[in-house]
Amino acid sequence: MKRRISVALGCLSLVFALAAGGARASHWQNVPEKDHARANPMAGNPRAVAGGAAIYKGHCSHCHGADAMGNGKKAPSLKTESIRSATDGDLEWFLRQGDLRHGMPSWSSLPQAQRWQLVAYLRSIQQ
Amino acid sequence: MYRVLFSRASRFVALMALLLVSTLPHFAHAQDKPYFVTYSQDLEEPGNLEIESKTALAQPNGGNRYGAYAAEFEYGAKAWWTTELYLDGQTTANESTIPTGFRWENRFRILMQEHLINPVLYVEFENISGADKTMLEVVGHDGQSDLASTNAEAREEHEHEGELKLILSSNVHDWNISENFIAEKNLGHDPWEFGYAVAASRPLATMYRDCTFCVQKLTAGVEAYGGLGDVWALTMRDTSHYIAPVVGWDLPGRSRLTFSPGFGLTDTSLDRVYRVGFAVEIPGFGRQLQEGIR
Repeated sequence: MKRRISVALGCLSLVFALAAGGARASHWQNVPEKDHARANPMAGNPRAVAGGAAIYKGHCSHCHGADAMGNGKKAPSLKTESIRSATDGDLEWFLRQGDLRHGMPSWSSLPQAQRWQLVAYLRSIQQ
Repeated sequence: MYRVLFSRASRFVALMALLLVSTLPHFAHAQDKPYFVTYSQDLEEPGNLEIESKTALAQPNGGNRYGAYAAEFEYGAKAWWTTELYLDGQTTANESTIPTGFRWENRFRILMQEHLINPVLYVEFENISGADKTMLEVVGHDGQSDLASTNAEAREEHEHEGELKLILSSNVHDWNISENFIAEKNLGHDPWEFGYAVAASRPLATMYRDCTFCVQKLTAGVEAYGGLGDVWALTMRDTSHYIAPVVGWDLPGRSRLTFSPGFGLTDTSLDRVYRVGFAVEIPGFGRQLQEGIR
């Protein structure tokens, strides 16, 4: 009986782990098509990048680190393939939504122009 | 003589403040809304502590001028939960300076996703005396007659109250529009009292710029708030209502100055109430505290 319970619990954990892994992998799949296709109106603008750097320093660096490499715990690195593969629209959407369950606040309170500045900065640090 | 001294002192303080502001390091500060009564969907960033002083200056008919202060300690416990402690006090001219109690409030984001309208649940416990004049909310039949009582009389009245608010808030095209529905209950004997607060605001410029004296750092808006009677008489009769332009200035060093002149709209309301707020945010406070304990 005990063995059956442990097998059942093991299967259940595996299902949860797979579901969690799947959710992470499909991070950008939740982005509505309209947002996914949006282009950053400030892409490549050096002033926007400088502004984005200041916003990053003020709001993001104490979790994600000054070098954007994350803190090894909840706040992930922002120099990853996942970020590089996302469109500008995906990133702006995610900043607006946040991920409240996992500790990432929603930045809908920032003006949209500043979210685009932040996206421009995130792009600039990927090289 | 008193006026001359006051004006010299205020000019000196203003000059010192300007000097201080221009020398502080520049950091982006969350563009919190400059509201004094209305809550928006914005919660404190997880692990950050914001310390804010909120002052209300007014003079009720038949009463003395007063300044009521609330020191607010707001901590981001989670991305979806902010907890806050207020310590209240007041000074009434020709009377006394007294502490008036404390409030402990919690705000919870109900939905984890961003929507057109974002609901936040607010739960508060208040342990204050009748001499509290901070007017952080107006409910029931609150009016200027309550604020005209002497400190000696009013501090004898102890209020243990529970308060619930449903906060609905939207960020649309850089505008914030917030509506609060308030229900307050004296845990002793009084009936449920109701009130409202609504507000809208927008930054004057939306691009971030590293500057201090520029429109990029200013947010302006307006809020309106008042009482809606109680369970026995859900009415706007004999209730107070105010309309108040608000302006917020994001300062260097993660600080913010807010100002709001409020104008009473009914006979029950104060004619005018001036509010000033100053906030400083300490990022990563929770982490620093944990490291200090270890």
